[in-house]
Amino acid sequence: MLPRPRGVEAGWRRGKSVTFEPVVLFFLLGLAGGLMKTDTKLPGALYDTLSIFLLLAIGLKGGVELAKQPVGSVLFNGLLIVLAGAATPLVAFPVLRKLGRLSRPDAASIAAHYGSVSVVTFSVGVTFLSRAQLDYEGFMIVFLVLLEMPALVIGVLLARYGVGEVRWGKLLHEVLLGKSIFLLSGGLIIGYIAGPGGIKPLDLLYFDLFKGVLALFLLEMGLVASSRLADLKTYGPFLVGFAVIMPLVLGAGGAVMGWALGLSVGSTVLLSTLYASASYIAAPAAMRIAVPEANPALSIGASLGVTFPFNIFIGIPVYHWMAETIHRIGG
Amino acid sequence: MAARTQKLITVVCESMLEADLTREIVSLGAAGYTVIDARGLGSHGMRSGAWGKEGNIQLEILCDEPVGQKIIDHLKRNYDKDYGLLIFSSDVERHSA
Repeated sequence: MLPRPRGVEAGWRRGKSVTFEPVVLFFLLGLAGGLMKTDTKLPGALYDTLSIFLLLAIGLKGGVELAKQPVGSVLFNGLLIVLAGAATPLVAFPVLRKLGRLSRPDAASIAAHYGSVSVVTFSVGVTFLSRAQLDYEGFMIVFLVLLEMPALVIGVLLARYGVGEVRWGKLLHEVLLGKSIFLLSGGLIIGYIAGPGGIKPLDLLYFDLFKGVLALFLLEMGLVASSRLADLKTYGPFLVGFAVIMPLVLGAGGAVMGWALGLSVGSTVLLSTLYASASYIAAPAAMRIAVPEANPALSIGASLGVTFPFNIFIGIPVYHWMAETIHRIGG
Repeated sequence: MAARTQKLITVVCESMLEADLTREIVSLGAAGYTVIDARGLGSHGMRSGAWGKEGNIQLEILCDEPVGQKIIDHLKRNYDKDYGLLIFSSDVERHSA
């Protein structure tokens, strides 16, 4: 296990959140800008550029970490982690169907969003850890890549079970060769080949500027979320409650799993964050193709309007607390 | 060269449909098409285009009437129910070759 920085522990004991990550304030700024109808708007091309940067930077970071550490026993653990992630929609789906009384396509689509993962939430988790001076294993980024897809496929199966056909070829192309998996894996491979020394000349762009770019991206997410908040009334209290409780349940599952598999505290936080996060980039595109009759306003509204802000402000510090607690109790 | 009367078919839809629609209209016989990023208000609410996932496109196809009818029938049959396309057409005079 990695040593825990004393300052952070002491801060938590004093009840102070020394690990508050100011970068998330940019999300609030965007939200405020959108709600006050300022003319703040990021051009679409910049949004695309920023997302390419984030995906490559996260991939490179993971690849460099992987090159430093032996991959060893990761395979078996990885299989468990991915299987558990793929099963997430199976937990969410009956809740949405029975308690939420949502239609089959809507419930399946939302379940798929919550089973898949969010790269930006993960990025905020990574910045949170560096501020808390907690290390994490590089292979966590491999899970970011691996966890994105299976839940989407399960979601489509849930929507289509016994009703209608699936255009698998199109769906798999969208999911496997979508920008996010392609660039994350590409970055991962390049980072791994280059190693810490070889990547040095790129540090300035990809690692030093990472937080600044994340800030801009969060500003944009705030602007987009502000246009979704007005829809909150139409989702009803059930969906809002679901969007808050589901990540907590999944995050707790991640904490138990991370501890049981012997991950460090930092990696456990990231695993909780991955399980708790809901996709709002890859999943909407895939669901729109594979389950077009599902209402995208419901799933994007819940994942981006509620779960994303919940996770970056409250969720990640809570998952940190969960990880610390279970490692302290469980040893 | 004398002007030739053709159909101008205009389709406004979610930008994520671009790859599929353009491939299909070409296979139905269209010689070409033009795609323009679009935003606006319609029966599916405000599409601001501020976010990649929320973008719309306007697809324009200039073709002869039979091909145009095939394209319109195809789009209505396969996309109208779930994606709510806006489709309209008009007669235009084509001056270039």
